[in-house]
Amino acid sequence: MTTPSSSTAAHRARTAAARPMIEIKGVHKHYGDYHALRGIDLTIRAGEFFSLLGPSGCGKTTLLRTIAGFEDFADGVVLIDGQDMDGVAANSRPTNMVFQSYAIFPHLSVAENVGFGLRRDPRSKAEKAAAIEEALEMVGLKGYGKRAAHALSGGQRQRVALARALILKPKVLLLDEPLSALDRKMREQMQVELIKLQRQVGITFVLVTHDQEEALVMSDRIAVMFEGQIAQMDGPEALYARPTSRRVANFIGVMNFLPARILAETASGVEVEVPGLGRVEIPAANISQKDAGDEGPSVGFRPEAVSLVSASQPGQSRVTPGVIDEVVYYGDMTYYDVRLDGSASFDGKARPVRIAMRNVFGRDVQDVGTRANVSWSPGSLVLFR
Amino acid sequence: MKGRGLHVYAICYLLFLYAPILLLPIFAFNSGTVIAFPLKGVTTQWFVQMFENASMRKALFNSLTIAISASVFATCLGVFAARASTRFEFPGKGPIMGLIMLPLVLPEIIVSISLLVVLLSIGVQLNILTVILGHTLICMPYATVILSTAFNSLDRSLEEAAYDLGETRWSAFRLVILPLVMPGIISSLLMSFTISLDEFIIAFFLAGNEPTLPTYIFSQLRFPKQIPMIMALGTMLVLMSIILLTIAEYFRRRGIAKTGAKDTGGFL
Repeated sequence: MTTPSSSTAAHRARTAAARPMIEIKGVHKHYGDYHALRGIDLTIRAGEFFSLLGPSGCGKTTLLRTIAGFEDFADGVVLIDGQDMDGVAANSRPTNMVFQSYAIFPHLSVAENVGFGLRRDPRSKAEKAAAIEEALEMVGLKGYGKRAAHALSGGQRQRVALARALILKPKVLLLDEPLSALDRKMREQMQVELIKLQRQVGITFVLVTHDQEEALVMSDRIAVMFEGQIAQMDGPEALYARPTSRRVANFIGVMNFLPARILAETASGVEVEVPGLGRVEIPAANISQKDAGDEGPSVGFRPEAVSLVSASQPGQSRVTPGVIDEVVYYGDMTYYDVRLDGSASFDGKARPVRIAMRNVFGRDVQDVGTRANVSWSPGSLVLFR
Repeated sequence: MKGRGLHVYAICYLLFLYAPILLLPIFAFNSGTVIAFPLKGVTTQWFVQMFENASMRKALFNSLTIAISASVFATCLGVFAARASTRFEFPGKGPIMGLIMLPLVLPEIIVSISLLVVLLSIGVQLNILTVILGHTLICMPYATVILSTAFNSLDRSLEEAAYDLGETRWSAFRLVILPLVMPGIISSLLMSFTISLDEFIIAFFLAGNEPTLPTYIFSQLRFPKQIPMIMALGTMLVLMSIILLTIAEYFRRRGIAKTGAKDTGGFL
């Protein structure tokens, strides 16, 4: 089997134009009094690697199981490849699932596990055996067929679960936290392998995860869910750079927040005043209208979107002086908490901002208490109003 | 030396438990008609006498029929109860499971008398069928407990995975769940079989004119002449139990080896 080598960007451009594979419209799900899904609307395109990301209890697994056909739901429609799935049971849907526990049948061999779904397949025994061997080869387990399934390691079980699902050539592969049981090294390796595998087979993957890093690494698009609702749906870069709510911003990575006073609407954005940063014009693309909450408008920026500089540098960025409050050394990175001069001017509350600096050769780690200059640019600020 | 007393206690305990059973085969092969030392000589005549005794054969046949039927019924019903209690939530689940377990603590004599009164009042003829009914009732708690443990240890997504891979609810159960709970089913069958085989009170009340092994042995104890034959019968039963337990343990270990689960104790 050949691996079509294509860049992530090309893959995303292609899938963005592809036909819808999964369409979910207004789906609600109740468990007794508990409202697990509160009106989910979602379109996943053919060939996409799509992730449902959220904290535990946000409904992401319920949504995945709804697509698989394991959950009944109250209202709404689920279409897979244009077909209404109402009344179609899980065993007749064009989806297959990789379970969190892998659900490898312990009393069967690896080959029997992988070939389990072929029982009703009319092909001959030899053809099925060839298909099983091909599926095992695809997940890197060539020659493991005769082994007992219970003797496999966690990573190998995962691969068997993948082969067992993919051998049926489903239109959609559903993955329920497939990497959560693996150790860190193995997890990172499997992330890369899963992306490769997905590009190779061209099947739509829907992944459920609570690990934001995993979602960012693997997905073409991510739906962030809280309390049974989709909070934001976007590509990884957009989601990270331009979260539309403080909650999403906080869930994905770290974001600094400073209160903001809105001064004027301008042609290209909004002019605000931020303690410590002064007057800034936020570009229209970086303005979120949602979820300012009780705290009023605020601006946010990522720790790595700003940097510590020795003196004011010429160019687009602006420089604000401050005092280093805290230093956390991580080896490759150092995190500084810096109290910007004048940052308490609104209400007297000190709000240190976190700044991430890569420890490149020749750059010394700064000490607590020293004065520092923080370089930032208006384009890296996001306004939540 | 510390722990010496405990050693002595443990040995005495084991002697008290097993010495009488060891005496069974000794007297079964003793040619004397009195159950006392010194032994006289070696003979197999008690075994011959036992096999030639028609009413003993009848009792044995009845007991085996009852034990096999009761263990199969109790295990089948136990599978239903265990599956329902581990897989589904339904109103009244707690009380229902409690009622299934109740015969475990009810005095058997009460169960027997109530069954007898009910069966007689609705005009049922007492025979081995009524004993099977009673034995199924008292074996159910054991079967349900053993099978619930087996069903509980299963990952729920195994069944969903099979269903997801195109099987029906029934074939998913047959292909995945049944093989994995098989050790539990065999345990339950053997446990019920053993309980039924030596059960006396229910058999005594509900068998009508049909003898079972325990009631037959009890009736023969009045005749000292018959006691060496009873010893031979006892020897046979002990031998049979050992064989059964060995088979059960073999299947249990094979089941564990097959699924790669951890061995958490068994019969042997």
